[in-house]
Amino acid sequence: MIAELGHIALIMALLMALLQGAFPLMGASQGVDIWMSVAKPAGRAQFLFLLVSFGALTACFVNNDFSVEYVARNSNSALPLYYRIAAVWGSHEGSMLLWATILGLWTAAVTVFSRSLSEDFLARVLGIMGLVSVGILLFILFTSNPFERLTPVPPDGNDLNPLLQDFGMTVHPPMLYMGYVGLSVAFAFAIAALLGGSLDSAWARWSRPWTLVAWLFLTGGITLGSWWAYYELGWGGWWFWDPVENASFMPWLVATALIHSLAVTEKRGAFKAWTVLLAIFAFSLSLLGTFLVRSGVLTSVHAFASDPTRGLFILILLAIVVGGSLLVYTVKAPAVRDVARYSLVSKENLLLLNNILLVTASGSILLGTLYPLILDALKLGKISVGPPYFGTVFAPLMAPIFLLAGIGPMFAWRESPIGRILHRVRYLFPASFVAGIALAALAWDETDFKMMAGLGCAFWLAASACLSLWSRIRLRDGWLEGLRAQSPSVYGMTAAHLGVAVFLVGAVLSDRLSQEKLVRMAPGDSVMLAGYTFHFLGTETVQGPNFSAQQATFRVERDGESLELRPQKRNYKVQRNMMTEAAIDPGLSRDLYVALGEPLDTNAWSVRLYVKPFIRWIWAGGLFMIAGGILSVSDRRYRLPLPETRAVAGRAASRAI
Amino acid sequence: MMTPRQRRMTWVALMVAGVSLAAFFALTAFQKNLLYFYTPSQVASGEAPKGYPFRIGGLVVKDSVKREPDSLTVRFEVSDGPNAVPVLYTGILPDLFREGQGIIAVGQIDDGGTFQATEVLAKHDENYMPPEVAESLKKNGGLPADYSEYRKK
Repeated sequence: MIAELGHIALIMALLMALLQGAFPLMGASQGVDIWMSVAKPAGRAQFLFLLVSFGALTACFVNNDFSVEYVARNSNSALPLYYRIAAVWGSHEGSMLLWATILGLWTAAVTVFSRSLSEDFLARVLGIMGLVSVGILLFILFTSNPFERLTPVPPDGNDLNPLLQDFGMTVHPPMLYMGYVGLSVAFAFAIAALLGGSLDSAWARWSRPWTLVAWLFLTGGITLGSWWAYYELGWGGWWFWDPVENASFMPWLVATALIHSLAVTEKRGAFKAWTVLLAIFAFSLSLLGTFLVRSGVLTSVHAFASDPTRGLFILILLAIVVGGSLLVYTVKAPAVRDVARYSLVSKENLLLLNNILLVTASGSILLGTLYPLILDALKLGKISVGPPYFGTVFAPLMAPIFLLAGIGPMFAWRESPIGRILHRVRYLFPASFVAGIALAALAWDETDFKMMAGLGCAFWLAASACLSLWSRIRLRDGWLEGLRAQSPSVYGMTAAHLGVAVFLVGAVLSDRLSQEKLVRMAPGDSVMLAGYTFHFLGTETVQGPNFSAQQATFRVERDGESLELRPQKRNYKVQRNMMTEAAIDPGLSRDLYVALGEPLDTNAWSVRLYVKPFIRWIWAGGLFMIAGGILSVSDRRYRLPLPETRAVAGRAASRAI
Repeated sequence: MMTPRQRRMTWVALMVAGVSLAAFFALTAFQKNLLYFYTPSQVASGEAPKGYPFRIGGLVVKDSVKREPDSLTVRFEVSDGPNAVPVLYTGILPDLFREGQGIIAVGQIDDGGTFQATEVLAKHDENYMPPEVAESLKKNGGLPADYSEYRKK
């Protein structure tokens, strides 16, 4: 009964999405107010029906209703309640419903926080979001209905994939989808502005907070995913250049470019057409990500059972979105004129460089991810692109970003005398690299070029970001006054740039200094690694709610301090899956990581031991960036009505991004 | 101040520079990192390259997994039905590695015809089979009778 209710609500949501997609767009182009006024109520009603539908599926999981096929495949009566709820999005059908519900949430949010938008603009934005929703809802109803019944009703369910029975994995998908789907708002704003011919700085300013929020969720989703892969997959790595990771990273890179280019469009009225194109790319890459994950075309750690017909549907949807929006762009973009003028050395061009690097990086990842698929589709052989490809291409493209991100904010709009800026960093720049080299050499006795350069870049980035902030503060009378005078978005920008530096420190140090041992150990054995002694004390059997596990106890000692780690090898009863549960002692300067391999004979195990210095800094960097995003969004000017006269005034040019 | 024309040219120049830089890195890195996939039958017929890494996939042959005492070295065979290739791997096998399971190994073939694996991949879902493996098994007749059940279950 509840399942049918959910199904009906889903169909109702589709009807609302159709209304929301059809009338407001027609009304906006014909100037019929009554048609346009459909947008808000239809959008809210759609969200309401989606909530009912999502709630119904959740209820099926909570009540262990195994007559619903999706529940039977992904849950079990022994599964704890918390994971039964998380199992709603543990597999394809439910995660698509989550996708649609989140789109509804964003739609509802747009209807609420849109008082400053003109009626026809709002109608167009909601209309486009409605059309996207129609596509996704049709996809769910025709290829992936989560409410399908199963006969005969199985006595118990097939259980949730053990890898997903974990905190990180329960929050990672909603977070990532908030980001993916949030980019649809930026997309809708861009297309709406193109359609209405109102591609101006007001549009950019409306679009910025939405893009920022989507970006910060995307950042959070990726950070969580990386953290989860680190502790759950038991390989001790934090990024694998797996196609599905790439699928989330590409929209992130383009969204990052979009945030920066929106700044130029808002402040200077430049890059308009380019900004629109970025918004289209960012959302298209989100859809592509969904396609890659869900189509089953990829051999990936994420390729949990999936189905090619669904892939085809998403591919068609993708073609319509990309093709349709590029068509609108081709027709409308030539009318777009950039009014701003600026010289070669200016903040505009620096941000242009940032955009080109980010988009190129994204493009090269796209190449490495799609090339094998294209070759395969053309029957030219089955290949895969090894992870070193991505590292080789990505690092040189990011290096200029690390060098310029911190100092960029010191450049002025329009024209920036390069000499003065060079003069101000004449000590800071060499000092940063000397510090990087000295630290590598003195603290870790390392002469590796990459490590020295990486640390130098990180120091320089952090120092120049602080210098940029300071150069704003010192314009005021006192430093306290200066601190107070800065807008939150200045602090947000500084925090995000510092986050890149923190991330870089973590990536460089953990990559270079990590030590690893794969050993055979029996109880009583000890192994030395990076100054730590790992004693294997023994194993015992422990019972979880839906698994039993061999739990080993290790005592780790160094310089008189000692701690115990208890990694597990779990056997999930229903799916008969073995799962490695690594034991980690986290720390700011190092992680100790023990994972059980396999039982070898009588009582010996193969064991992975890692000492991973500074690996937490990688995710700390992500947190800094998120904090930066939140600070920027909190800027009051995004919530103020826009005075007509202020749009792209020359005087506004010297203000912060 | 730059005229719109100069600005457009800056754009174009930067674009061209960026794209060619990326293309250069991409192509050189591509050359080194492309891994082809071969089935055990292709390896048996000598199609697979010697002295160059590639990927091989198939089912782990029942009763073929042998461990060397006192080390982490494992020997096993992967098969696609008609042909099987011996694989040697030192390290920890993935959780879902077991006899009868579809796997992919990355490595090189040595002079003795043994595949020296540097990496062994088995997927997270016990019912999941890498698409390459499923296809090659189908072609060579080594697909287990219950494969249609593999995806739905």
